[in-house]
Amino acid sequence: MSTTLAFTPAPEAAPRSRMLLAQTAMEFRLLLRNGEQVGLTLLIPLLLELFFNLPLLYSLDTPRRIDFVVPSIITLAVMSAAFTGLAIGTGFERKYAVLKRLGATALPRSVLVGGKTLAVLLLELIQLVLVCGFGFALAWHPHGDPAPALLLVVLGTIAFGGLGLLVAGTLRAEITLAVANLVWLVLLFAGGIAIPLSKYGPAARDVLQYLPSAALSDGLHRVLQHGGDFPVGPTITLLVWAAIALPAAARWFKWE
Amino acid sequence: MSSAPAVEVVDLVKRYGARRAVDGLSLTAPAGSVLALLGPNGAGKTTTIEICEGFRHADSGTVRVLGLDPAQTRLRPRVGVMLQDGVGGYPSASALELLRLFASFAARPHPPQDLLEIVGLTSVAGTAVKRLSGGQQQRLSLALALVGRPELVFLDEPTSGMDPQARRGTWDLIRQLRSDGVSIVLTTHFLDEAEQLADSVVVIDAGRVVAQGSPAELTRAGAEGQIRFRAMPGLPLQSLLEELPAGSRAVETEPGRYLVSGDVTPQFLATLTAWCAAQEVLAEDLAVQRRTLEDVFLELTGRELRA
Repeated sequence: MSTTLAFTPAPEAAPRSRMLLAQTAMEFRLLLRNGEQVGLTLLIPLLLELFFNLPLLYSLDTPRRIDFVVPSIITLAVMSAAFTGLAIGTGFERKYAVLKRLGATALPRSVLVGGKTLAVLLLELIQLVLVCGFGFALAWHPHGDPAPALLLVVLGTIAFGGLGLLVAGTLRAEITLAVANLVWLVLLFAGGIAIPLSKYGPAARDVLQYLPSAALSDGLHRVLQHGGDFPVGPTITLLVWAAIALPAAARWFKWE
Repeated sequence: MSSAPAVEVVDLVKRYGARRAVDGLSLTAPAGSVLALLGPNGAGKTTTIEICEGFRHADSGTVRVLGLDPAQTRLRPRVGVMLQDGVGGYPSASALELLRLFASFAARPHPPQDLLEIVGLTSVAGTAVKRLSGGQQQRLSLALALVGRPELVFLDEPTSGMDPQARRGTWDLIRQLRSDGVSIVLTTHFLDEAEQLADSVVVIDAGRVVAQGSPAELTRAGAEGQIRFRAMPGLPLQSLLEELPAGSRAVETEPGRYLVSGDVTPQFLATLTAWCAAQEVLAEDLAVQRRTLEDVFLELTGRELRA
């Protein structure tokens, strides 16, 4: 132990921008280091993209199956990263007192949440590149304006992220793990992702269309598959989910 | 500002259900010194320190940390915290990554590599936090508390789980912090730790302060020292007592074994050995016995400190 330091106090918080950069980099590296997260957010969507493109389960009323599949898989990817992945990651950070320990540092909570959000968005960027790239390889032919599609992805991220934090901040980590995976599975099949809501009866459809997954999926299909205009209905639905989930998460989130 | 106490707690009460974990506790930690909260598990040490750290809210009473309410977020950069159990960091981050992250929260942090070397973790810098041993996690936790160059640190059981060598290294580090002007509040149930490090000790039991003072004051107060030795039987103890201060006692507990008690000062011991020399007696197995904090705690609470 040849090194010595003078411990003379010199406390001062770093600029927020530096904290945000460091926190985002840390969160993002940890996401990529976690095998389950990588599987959930990167590998499974690609496998399902391949699988649903095969006319095995059901027929679609379209000759170009891949044009339906890619917007669905984008929805799945956003849900995986912003809801399931974020909920499970944050739940275990709460369990292992990571959030408690960070609460005793100069890192403001807003910067912590900001870092998590940016890490999820970075992950989604990789997802989009992979899912779309793979889609092009499978002869995907997108229509419409990509700008509303991107807006829907961001809105979906906020709504799903708020729901993920609400689950992670209120339930035990093990329960969060189970709930987040279960919801992921249920929304995959009943939330307008894998199976078009048109395959359901009108009564079920009237309810299911208001799920966040259905709204994001519907909006993306309208734009990317059918080249439609700005999808107002799905946008409003996602806004409402975000407006409920984020304040609820802020209100009930327990840090330890 | 430096004359204000680092921590001031007055009439603190914290209930968990019907149980009062902290029950009217008051203490003051002067700036630039080491205060030890000493007590058995469940005495209320961690609850008290976590209220000072801003993790929990008091039910009643006032707490001031560096003159501020502990809930104030502007306190955070000025205070370093070491939690009791584990690091409280990302389990899959490496030791150095985590220390670098915490360093990035401070404007003028210590260089993470240097700090890691000081706590003896250079060889495991790249190891994931969850794969560090308990003692290594404790040392990383200490480094995380210090990296932002705080003026006050809270150390909750800083050496539990450490091997003896790491423990002594941590004691040296705490002494250096103090001499560099950092205020330190630590909890411990190790008596030697409190005796070795603390300028003042607050003995806590069942949520209350049962004694406080410097280690010397606590072990001296109301106690008399004892000296035992062995020599030939039948020494004329009356002549010894004439030379010792009034109120001293000397008895031959069994043939050839002597017990001298009183206000045992260095002079007292010198008088005794001079008397032995005059008697041409070599006192064997001479032992000066002082009260320890363990004795004090036992007297105050009727319980052993480490159950």
